Amino acid sequence: MVVTSSWTEQALAVLRKDILVEARNRTSVNAMIFFAATMLLIFSFALGPNPDRLKAAAGGLLWLAFVFAGLLAFGRTYQLELENNAWEGVLLIARHRSAIYLGKVLGAAAVIYAVEIVVVPLMAILYNLGLGSNLPALILVTILGTLGYAAIGALYGALTLSLRAREILLPLLLLPVVVPLLLAAVEATNAVFTGSGGDIHLWLEVLAAFDIIFLTIGLLTFEYAVGE
Amino acid sequence: MRSAPIAELQGVSRLYGSVLALHAVSLQVHAGETVVLLGPNGSGKTTLLKVLAGVVAPTAGTGHVLGRDLREPRNGGPGGLGLLAAESYLYDDLTARENLAFALTIAGRKPLPATLGSLLESVGLAAHGNERVRRFSSGMRRRLALARVLSLDPRLLLLDEPYNSLDVEAADLVDNAVRRVTASGGASVLATHDAARAIPLADRIARMDAGRLTGIEQVNNNGCDKLLDRASSGRSS
Repeated sequence: MVVTSSWTEQALAVLRKDILVEARNRTSVNAMIFFAATMLLIFSFALGPNPDRLKAAAGGLLWLAFVFAGLLAFGRTYQLELENNAWEGVLLIARHRSAIYLGKVLGAAAVIYAVEIVVVPLMAILYNLGLGSNLPALILVTILGTLGYAAIGALYGALTLSLRAREILLPLLLLPVVVPLLLAAVEATNAVFTGSGGDIHLWLEVLAAFDIIFLTIGLLTFEYAVGE
Repeated sequence: MRSAPIAELQGVSRLYGSVLALHAVSLQVHAGETVVLLGPNGSGKTTLLKVLAGVVAPTAGTGHVLGRDLREPRNGGPGGLGLLAAESYLYDDLTARENLAFALTIAGRKPLPATLGSLLESVGLAAHGNERVRRFSSGMRRRLALARVLSLDPRLLLLDEPYNSLDVEAADLVDNAVRRVTASGGASVLATHDAARAIPLADRIARMDAGRLTGIEQVNNNGCDKLLDRASSGRSS
């Protein structure tokens, strides 16, 4: 008798597979952390020791680092599928392609979260940001912002997978779409750093709305995005 | 009288850019039969298998495979179809067991440990279940790819050059898989250059050249030796 796996189990299988492959390689996470750390270090020198200036720029720079880390993550999550043409094998047997999509979103988000866990404390030191009581709010902002970014990045990564110039096309197609989300994320992060608590709730709601919209679009359209 | 075909193509063509890989191919595959595709490199055998699998959509023509219209996008699981492609579809950084478990789960089945164990044992990889595929030889990868395909109990088994990289024992595994699928009311389509190996399995032989189906021969036990002679002497009918 065949025991069936649920939609959630199928999505988690993709997430588990992506994390296992990434954990056994660790090349892309290491590269992303190195890149983000270098970028933040350079800007901290460029902006000088003025704490107000550093604080004002921190939100934008943090998300700039996450954006580039994400671009690497989205490229990487589908790059590994090209090995042995595994992606074709996945599409051939997948019971629910929408579950594959959610697994890819969570897998890419997990990689970016791993980068963020290292980069945020580093930034707090370099930019003299006393996170303290603001840390829970910052965690919430990064979770929501990253999830929305991964939701649309995983969709566009699949769209550009079969294209010859995918490394160039992915950022060109993706970045204009995520600009509103990134603006909200930057504003929310700035609100955390400057301690203007009233604005945070508004921006968190905007980020949550983007997450729902992007995830819904992805779940509904992924099947067609990966069709021949 | 024959039952409705498991797979049916009517005038199917496939263009890759300006290259016509398949040209007006019509073919029926019935339950309980094995069709062997023979033809030189670039004759369209792999494209025909991928069209049957639904991986590649036809540019023209119509077709149904296991009740699915080939012009519709694939979704909803393997649906009784198994493709052993030239590529293994395996993840090199996962173990053999993890590869099978992943395939089973996304196909909508729970990967029970006993199932995984018997699958690995059936292809002679029981002792290598926890090894990463990256360390496997090409023959071991081929065995694991076969286990991956068979794990989904296909009714239509599509095999692209299945004997590549396999030793005699593993090639027997392929033959046994084909016999098992056809004996249980399924069908197999096998594309190969190894005519000597495949013809004894065949109920029909379809010859392809330059994307066209140039002939289909019915095989019976008496004619098998003649066909093998012709295949080994390089002549085509």
